[in-house]
Formats: sequence, structure tokens, C-alpha cells
Amino acid sequence: MSCKELVQVITGYLEGTLPVDDRARFEAHLEECPWCRNYLVQMRETINALGSLDDESLAPEAREDLLDAFRGWRAAADE
Amino acid sequence: MDALAQKDAALITALKDGDEHAFARLIDDLSPGMLRTARVYVATDAAAQDLVRETWLAVIEGLGDFEGRSTLKSWIYRLLIDRARSPAGEAIVADLGPNQPALEPERFLAADRHLWASHWAMGPTAWPEDAFERKRTVRLIRETVKTLSDAQRYVVAMRDIAGCGAREVCDALGISAERQRVLLHRARSKVRATLEREFAAVEYTNPP
Repeated sequence: MSCKELVQVITGYLEGTLPVDDRARFEAHLEECPWCRNYLVQMRETINALGSLDDESLAPEAREDLLDAFRGWRAAADE
Repeated sequence: MDALAQKDAALITALKDGDEHAFARLIDDLSPGMLRTARVYVATDAAAQDLVRETWLAVIEGLGDFEGRSTLKSWIYRLLIDRARSPAGEAIVADLGPNQPALEPERFLAADRHLWASHWAMGPTAWPEDAFERKRTVRLIRETVKTLSDAQRYVVAMRDIAGCGAREVCDALGISAERQRVLLHRARSKVRATLEREFAAVEYTNPP
């Protein structure tokens, strides 16, 4: 596998959808190539960063309003 | 029915029965991820708060008719993103966007070389250790996601920002697994490439 091909199939590798023999070629290439190892680490770092962009909580007033709305919905359904 | 689907079904029954504690827990579990997702669609934290609040109201309104054909989480995220991207309600065009390579062709050596064909010409080097503690990095990622095509942004928001599964995204968009993967690949590759430029993390590989 070339570096160029590895970059193209990396999402399949991470998703676990790469055919077995391609997966073996992918991993054999990684053993040999520090730049592709960096590329894979960076792809994982990018995914982690997307999943942890500034965590925030819902404003407490909004939370209370929603619980009120939920109670109201339930009461209306009972009528 | 698998364990996750069973848990989901129990929760949906509790919600339909008006279990307020179950609803409060759901709000607390999902709101942080929903706020993150909202922020790649709207300009301010306040607008994201409004959007998430409106989405929860839509959840309450739609709960009675929810049939559990998708998971509860993916249904809620769809309500959120559909509301965010198109108040007028037009559908996503799930085209793949331009077929740009993840990186410029110059990053690689020629394919017809005898040795080192299609090897890195300019290889990626490690990123700074504090890269993801920088506020600027967070801003940059968010801005990059905003520039993606509609379908790419939808897929990366559902998959990586919200943490939904591939299957859920395919169902939400009505696309094949292959198409979903291509959209995800293009979106992630663009974000990674933007970060690489930010950190200037490349070097000449100088092969013989």
C-alpha cells in the first residue's frame, strides 16, 4: 500500500469496513512509515476533538421550562 | 431486539407514560452533545441554547407519535439538525460534493516512480502537545465544519459531534453505507487538513 492509498482508505480502516487483506496491507504499511502513523494519530485526534468541542449544559431556566412543558403535555393527554 | 433497543423501548414507554424523571435524565444526558452540534450551525452560544430548547419542545410535541423506527437519540438529533439547517424545511441534497482529494496531489511523489511511488513528498509531523487545549483550535474546527457541504456537515455532526452510529445516519439521510462513509471521509479529512495548516506540521521526506 502506498501513502497516497492509505490516506484514501483511512476512514474505511477506522470504520472497520476495510476488507481483511486491505487491512493487513494497511497495517503492514504503518509499521514502515512514521508519516502515515502520524496521519492516523491525527485523524483520531481530529475525531476526538469533534466529539469534545466545548461542553456546555442547558441553562437551568430552560431546563425548568422544559420540565413544565413536559408536565403540561402529560396533563393535556390525560384530559 | 438487542440490549440497546430494549433500553430505548423502555425509556420511550416511560416518557409516553409521563415519567418526569426519565425526561429530566434524558435532557441532562443529551443536551451537552446537542449544544455542541447546534454550535456548528448557529453563530452564538445563546442561539445554540435557543435551538436546543426549541428542539426539546418539538420532542415533547412529537413524543406521542414517535414509533421507534429510529433510535430515540437519532430522532432527537434529526429534529435538531433539520431545524438548524433549514427552518423552511427543505430536504438535504445528499450529493457527495466535489471530488477533491483529501490532500493536494503535490503532497505525494509521482505514481510512476520506480521506488517510493505515491509516497509522501511532504509528510505529516506530530502536532503540538497542547494543540487541543487551545481555544483557537476549537474555534477553527467549528469554523471548518461550517464551511462543509450540507450533507458532509450533517454526517460529521451526527457521527462525530453527536456520536450517533453509521446506521442511524444512513437511515436519517436515506443513503447507502458507502455514501455515508465517503461523506464522513471528506468531512474529517478537511478538518484534519485545516488543523495541519494551523500547526504547520509537515516536513519534506527526502527519499532517495
